[in-house]
Amino acid sequence: MYVATKGGERAIDAAHQWLADERRGDRSVPELSVAQIREQMALAVNRVMAEGSLYDPDLAALAIKQARGDLIEAVFLIRAYRTTLPRFGASVPVETDRMDIIRRISATFKDAPGGQILGPTFDYTHRLLDFKLMADGEAPEALRKEADAVVAPHILQLLDQDGLMEPLTDGDETPPDLTREPLEMPADRPLRLQALARGDEGFVLSMAYSTQRGYGRTHAFVGELRIGTCAVEMEIPELGFAVEIGEIELTECETVNQFTGSKSEPPQFTRGYGLVMGQSERKSISMSLVDRALRWEELGEDNVGAPAQDAEFVLYHCDNIQATGFLEHIKLPHYVDFQSELELIRKLRREAADAQVKEAAE
Amino acid sequence: MSTLTTDTRKSYMGLLARARPERLEQLLPDLPAHDWLRRPEIGTTMVRGRIGATGAPFNLGEMTVTRCALKLSDGTVGHAYVQGRDQGHATRAAIVDALMQTEGVEQVDATILAPLRAEEAEKRTSRAEKAAATKVEFFTMVRGED
Repeated sequence: MYVATKGGERAIDAAHQWLADERRGDRSVPELSVAQIREQMALAVNRVMAEGSLYDPDLAALAIKQARGDLIEAVFLIRAYRTTLPRFGASVPVETDRMDIIRRISATFKDAPGGQILGPTFDYTHRLLDFKLMADGEAPEALRKEADAVVAPHILQLLDQDGLMEPLTDGDETPPDLTREPLEMPADRPLRLQALARGDEGFVLSMAYSTQRGYGRTHAFVGELRIGTCAVEMEIPELGFAVEIGEIELTECETVNQFTGSKSEPPQFTRGYGLVMGQSERKSISMSLVDRALRWEELGEDNVGAPAQDAEFVLYHCDNIQATGFLEHIKLPHYVDFQSELELIRKLRREAADAQVKEAAE
Repeated sequence: MSTLTTDTRKSYMGLLARARPERLEQLLPDLPAHDWLRRPEIGTTMVRGRIGATGAPFNLGEMTVTRCALKLSDGTVGHAYVQGRDQGHATRAAIVDALMQTEGVEQVDATILAPLRAEEAEKRTSRAEKAAATKVEFFTMVRGED
């Protein structure tokens, strides 16, 4: 229980003012602009958009500045802001096969139609600190090569055509929305994917890693990983047709996993799926692995008791704002709660002491 | 409005939605007189994806969107839904939508939409060319006879 305590206002005001002062840091160092954060800390911005579940690079950059670089605090700011906005509607599902691709790789097919496009990746770097960046070095311009429009069909379609992939059931039913209805179990796959897409990258990564280490192993291959921009279309009631309302960057991962099959169906590969706002391949690969692990029941696999198979455990703990909200609240005043605990322990000690005295007397 | 097809309208509304607000302001600094049917309003759209890219839909997350509707003095109505939170962006997009339905269609297309189209195409080409430069060219060792 919490009681209203008075008398802290002045201290709180001073604390906030000091926070603003500290946020600015040493005044002899130029101040960061929101545009600088948006352009030069783009992957932090992407993470805040994905976990804040709101695509708006300027707002995410502002949140990072305000939060002094604490990304979970920045996600919190974005989530709070989002709740103040009306929702105009839902988009037509994005068509990721029409993505303007900047990166597209497959770990399963070397010669996939459309080719392997590495894009601006950290892969193959030596992870050595680059001290040139400390010295205001000129950034090199990206190389260019004459390009045709990239025709890059989803790689898993190739396996799909041969009947080797588990079929997908399409449809247009309205998916559940955990921002409107509280998340309840059992959660179907669309709901699980929504929760994972906005889940904490670190948590989802660790869950995925646990499946690779043997806690609910699913033998995943990255069938395809693609990053690029996708048009977002929405039906506009006053116009009577759908128009593009913008364009967002997405990272998509499809995994190919070990088999399912039955007496009537020959063995087929199974799928895991990850889709994340912004450039975030670690998160999207993690999401696909966890998605796949959570599908054990529908695929007729054994529940081996692995954490990543436990939808309730995964989905109720992947949201870093819920987690940090509950975790951090214990530092707020619990004076009355604790007072009752103190009284209780004193009573217990008194009783124990009395019992000892009595024992000694006997 | 007779010559304006839905496809044309969809195409330029998308172009306006994707445009940078500053750029649109440069191209259309002065706004013709207009009355609001719906003042610029900031909100969100829930973006959906599909499981496995082609399966059942799911909610991915929201994006910010600004919308408005207005009427020019001759009564032509313009609508806009644009990405982000810039009210001037939405206003200009709705003005252009309205102007595209008037006699001024060719001028608007030439002075506002054509530059936006060209700049967007240039941006896309630049990205595609940078991507192409990172495309892996595998060398295959020849073994045996072919």
